[in-house]
Amino acid sequence: MTLTIERPEDLAAVQEDPAPEALAVPEAGGVVGSKGLVIVNWSGEFDRVLPTLILSSTAAASGYKTSVFITFWGLLPFVKDQRRIVGDNWMQKMLSLMQRPGMSHLKLSKMNFVGMGPWMIGKLSKQYSVASPGELLEAAMLMGVEFIPCQMTMDMFGLKREDMIEGLGEPAGAATVIELMTQPGTASLFI
Amino acid sequence: MTLQTSATVDARGLSCPMPIVKTALAIKPLASGDLLEVLATDPGSVKDFAAWSRTTGNEITEQTTDGGVFRFVLRRK
Repeated sequence: MTLTIERPEDLAAVQEDPAPEALAVPEAGGVVGSKGLVIVNWSGEFDRVLPTLILSSTAAASGYKTSVFITFWGLLPFVKDQRRIVGDNWMQKMLSLMQRPGMSHLKLSKMNFVGMGPWMIGKLSKQYSVASPGELLEAAMLMGVEFIPCQMTMDMFGLKREDMIEGLGEPAGAATVIELMTQPGTASLFI
Repeated sequence: MTLQTSATVDARGLSCPMPIVKTALAIKPLASGDLLEVLATDPGSVKDFAAWSRTTGNEITEQTTDGGVFRFVLRRK
C-alpha cells in the first residue's frame, strides 16, 4: 500500500474509517500517555497563530494530550472566515472591523505596511511549501487537538457559538485552563 | 537489505510540521511491528524524526539520503 498525501485535505481520506475520537491523544503510537501541552493562544496575529498551530499539531502527533485555550485577540482567527462584522453593539462591531476575523485574514504583528508584509509572507510561504494557517488548523483538529474558546472574551466581543468555526470545544474559563496546566507532565505556553 | 514496508508517506516538498503529522496519521492504523516508509525533503526532518521517534517509541530502523530526499523506515511501536 502506498499513501501519497499531498495536502491536509487528503488526510481526511486516510482517516475516514477510524472514528475521529480514536485519533485523539496518545495514539500516534505514543508512549507518553499522561503528558500534555497547553497553549494559551492570546494573539490573533499570523506570526503567533502559526507557531500555536504548528506546536499543537506536532504535540498531538507525538502523543501528547494537547489543548489550546483561545482567548482575547486569539479568538478572532477562530471566527468563520465569511463573518465580516461580529458583535451586538457598535463597539464590538467596530472592533471586528479593526481586526478582521477569520483564519484567512491574519495580519502580522509587525511590518504590515498596508498589507505588503502579509502578502510577501504569503508568497514566501507558498514558495517554501509552508502549510497555511487553515491547513495547519485542519491537521491539528485531525490529530485531536482540543481548542477551547474563552467564554468571557467571547461575551465581551459579542461572539456566539455560531460565529465560531466548527470543531471547537465547549467554551470555558480560567479554572479549566489552570486544571489542564497543572496536570503532572504538562508544559504550558502563552503565545 | 530492504525490508517489506506496509505503507509509504510521501512528504517530499512539505515543510515542518506536515511530514511528522502525516507520519503520525499513517502509522496509527498499522499493526505493532509493521514498517512505515517516509520520504521527506525538509532538511529539518532528520532531527525531527529522531526526536519524534524518541517521544513516541516508534523506532527508526533505516535512514538514508538520496539526492536531497531523506528516507526513513519506522517500526510501529
